[in-house]
Order: sequence, then structure tokens, then C-alpha cells
Amino acid sequence: MRGWGVHAVLLAATALLAAVSLFVGTVWLSPHEVLAALSAPHPDLAALIFMDIHLPRTVLGLLVGAILGLSGAVLQGLLRNPLAEPGLLGISEAASLGSVIAVYYGFASTTTLAGPVFGLVGALGAASISLLLSRSGSTLSLILAGVATSSIATAGVNLALNLAPNPYAAYEISTWLMGSLADRSWTHVQLAAPFILVGGILLLLCGRALDALSLGEAQAESLGINLRRTRLLALAGTALGVGGATSVAGAIGFVGLVAPHLVRARVGNRPRRVLVPAALAGAAIVTAADIATRLIRVRPEISLGVFISLVGAPFFLWIVLRIRRQTT
Amino acid sequence: MTHLVVTGVSIRRGARMALQDVSATFSSGRFTAVIGPNGAGKSTLLAVLAGLLAPDAGAVRLDGAPLAQLARRELARVRAYLPQSARVDWPISVERVVALGLTPLLPTFGELVPGGQERIERALESCDLLQLRDREATTLSGGELARAMLARAIVADPRLLIVDEPTAGLDPRHAIDACQRLKSRSREGCTVVAAMHDLNLAAQYADDFAVLRAGRLLMHAPAAEVLREEVLSGLYDVAVRVRREAAETSVHFSA
Repeated sequence: MRGWGVHAVLLAATALLAAVSLFVGTVWLSPHEVLAALSAPHPDLAALIFMDIHLPRTVLGLLVGAILGLSGAVLQGLLRNPLAEPGLLGISEAASLGSVIAVYYGFASTTTLAGPVFGLVGALGAASISLLLSRSGSTLSLILAGVATSSIATAGVNLALNLAPNPYAAYEISTWLMGSLADRSWTHVQLAAPFILVGGILLLLCGRALDALSLGEAQAESLGINLRRTRLLALAGTALGVGGATSVAGAIGFVGLVAPHLVRARVGNRPRRVLVPAALAGAAIVTAADIATRLIRVRPEISLGVFISLVGAPFFLWIVLRIRRQTT
Repeated sequence: MTHLVVTGVSIRRGARMALQDVSATFSSGRFTAVIGPNGAGKSTLLAVLAGLLAPDAGAVRLDGAPLAQLARRELARVRAYLPQSARVDWPISVERVVALGLTPLLPTFGELVPGGQERIERALESCDLLQLRDREATTLSGGELARAMLARAIVADPRLLIVDEPTAGLDPRHAIDACQRLKSRSREGCTVVAAMHDLNLAAQYADDFAVLRAGRLLMHAPAAEVLREEVLSGLYDVAVRVRREAAETSVHFSA
């Protein structure tokens, strides 16, 4: 079956990239070294680097990439718009704003968890606002509400930068906004993983509704789909998952937009069939980009979000051109 | 026998009444054409009949059970609805579009309906789509898309088929095909209600007419009573000539 072939290829690619990611870094490890270190009775430096630096970074990259790809696929299906992504509904921007507030008011220096927690609150807040504003309305009102939320959050982030009490705070905020997986520990994984997993489950529950929605909202409803429930699932899932991801890894754009497009045509364009491959593609993209940022030896290290945007923006242009060709 | 009974239904749209105190009964085996000028409330009435729009006053009952109290899925299993100019947003294959009509029959987990593939084959065949089954639905012509949508609507064998302007934008050949398919559905025992603008086609195929104007149901009667010059000219505010030749009725409008 063609569909399973896509899954297998993506799974293999993701696994391979994850394996590479385990050994690449400021300190390069060879599989041999790692095996020797892990089997040694007392943990040595190689084992520590592997277990506490490379492993959490890889796991986080996979989780973050997967949830970004999955939520992009769900939102594109829900809004029936190939340009939808978590940023369109303001969810990633609001998560950024939350974390920036934590940095700005110094909560982040008292406890490392403040940034992520504030980020999650921001994401959930944005999703609730978008849902409330579009409660009885159409898809268009949901998009417009999302764009408004997104603008408010972006303005808030800029305000924080504008009023930053000292250059160091501004620097810290802007570095965080660039998105990165560097120096992330198991604490970050423990914090983000539950939200990403719960969010992912909620998003996967939308599958059947997304298929029916390819016939438009009226027909989907006539087929017994509860549109309100679907919207709630999609937005809550995105807020939890992407909120969790953004709050530990910073703002990483384009993955949610691009991952579904990479796989869509290969699964017959059926919205539900896109979900799992899009998650795998997202995980592969983020892991590959994270490896690349570690391989490109410049100081300071290129931020993951910046790197993905650099590569993602031209791809975005290509999507626009392709859609224009399709519609003319 | 299926009876869809509407009693005293009103729908408010801001200050305007989109439907006002509409009462009617639609029975199985009958093909009813809903006619009336633009803005008369045809689409609104169809959405109410389909249970997609809850009336502000009045009730709709399917075999005695109020639509509002039926579970979505339960209703979706017996009723199919096609909105005006229905289209597909992703380039999925015609066969998969038709398969979407089985959505309400799907088990909670899993992708397969028992006997689903045979139903899909039958629907494809009855709408003359076997050649097009692998085509992407976004590349279909208007007539082909209308056929695909009709196949989607009938694949689950609904007892109630509600179609909003099935012939809009279709050439005469395809429009006649669409009407014939609706008619044959009704002969198989389905209750068919369709909004129509082409009175000549409606005259040829519909059993009953529901005549709407400004949100009110003026008449609900067999074709012979509705297709009269005084009724139609009053309805559309234009001069109308109705000619009857043997079994054929034709309607001509002039300014």
C-alpha cells in the first residue's frame, strides 16, 4: 500500500536523523564511545554528555517537530486553507509573549519553569480568545480572530523589547524568540512532553471530521460532524501541544506550514491521512535543522528558528507559486 | 413510509423573517421542487428540513421524532443534504469523495463500513462515474462534480434527500440527468426535496411544488395546480405563459 510506504520512509528518515543527532554536538561522540561509557560501572564524561545533553536535546527536537507538523496538518484541514499553521491563529505568538513576560519581569531567573509555564498560559489564552470570538461564526471569523490575537501578541513582545530595562534583558528576549534546542535538559522534556502528548492526542481525534470537512462545513455537518467540537479539539490540542513546544524551544516557524505540504500529495490528499506523516516530517525537519545548526561552526551558534526560517521562507514562496499555478 | 412534517416554522434573520409560519408534509416516494424568487427562503427552508438550522419557532418531525432531538449521527444516517454549488477543497479522488458519504456509518474506531465498497461501487455506477473514479475531484467539470456530489449523497441510501439547486450551472444534458437521478431516487421510496429555478425541468420531473415567497409558503401542491399563469406571474412579478402539450408542460417568461 502506497500510504504505508510513506509512513515507513518517513519513520526510517526520522529514526536515522535522531540517531545522528545523538552523537553530534560541541563534543562529538562515536557510538563506540557511548556504548563503552554506558556500560562502564561509573558514569564518565562521555556518558554524561550523551545522557544529559544529546539525548534530551534529540527527544525534545522530535517532540517539538512532531507537534508542529501535526498541528499544521490539523489546522490546514480545519480551515481548509493550505497556508494555515499554528502562527496563523496566534497560538505560537501568544506562547512567545507569555515566556517573554516571564523573562521581562524576572520570573524566569527565579525559577526556570516560569518561562514555559507562562508560555503555556499564553497559548491557552490565545486559543480561548480565538474560539470565543468565532463561537457562532464561520471559518473566516476564526482566521480573523486568530490574526487579531496574533497581532496583539506580537505587539506585546515588541513592547517588551521596546521597554526592556537593560540591554541584557532585550538580548535574552530576542535570543529566546529565535528558537533553539541548545542547552535543554530533561527538566524541559519533562515539562513539555505531557502537554505535547495530550495535545497530540486531541489533534489526532480530529481526523474523521477533517476528512468530512473537505466537502465544506455544510456537508460535514450534514454527515454528522460536530463542528464546534472539532474546532475545540483542534484549538485546544494546538494550544497545549504547540504552547508546550514553544514554551521550551522558543518560536519555531514554518515547520507547521511546510510539513503537511511535503507529504500531502503522497497520501492522496486526504486530510486525515496527512496527520501522522506530517508529524513524522515535522520531527525529521526539526531534527535535521538542529543537526545543521550544530554542524555549521559559527559563533554564536545559529538559532534553530532562524535556520528553519531561512530555509523555510523560500519553500513558502514555492508553495505560493504552486498554488497560483493550480488556481489559474 | 417516511414523513417529514414541518409545523409553524419561523426563522428570524436580524429584523427580517427568513421563514414565517411554514407548515408542510413531505412524504416518501415524492419529489418536491421548492420554487420561488431569489431571497424567498428556499435555501433556508432546505437547511431547516435537513436539521442543520434550528427554527426559532415551530418544529420539524421525521416520522414523529423531532429533528432537534435526534443525534447528529443518527440523523446523518437517514438524511443526505447537498448545499448549493458544493465543491471539494482538496484534490482527493472521486472514489474517496463518494466514500465520505459513508462517514455517519463508520464505526467509532476504524475506517471501514461493512459492505461499504459495494455501496461505493453502486453509487459510482448509478451516477456514471466509474471512468472517473481515480480523477482528482478538483479537476472535474461542473457536470462531473455535480454527479460526484450526488453519488456522495446517495451512497448511504438515505431515506431523505435534500438538494439545494441541483441543476444550477449545468448544461441541459447534465441538468436533465441530475433530475432523472433525483426522480429515480424518489421512485425507490426516498423523500426528495430540491430547490429549483428551472421551472421547465421541475415541471417535467417534480411531483409536488412548494412555492415560497418572502419567507411564506404560498402553496404546496401537485404540479398541475401550481404551474398556472396566474400563480407564477404573481410569484415572480413577470408575465408568464404556460403551455400544455400532451403530457408536457412548458413555462415561458417575458418582461
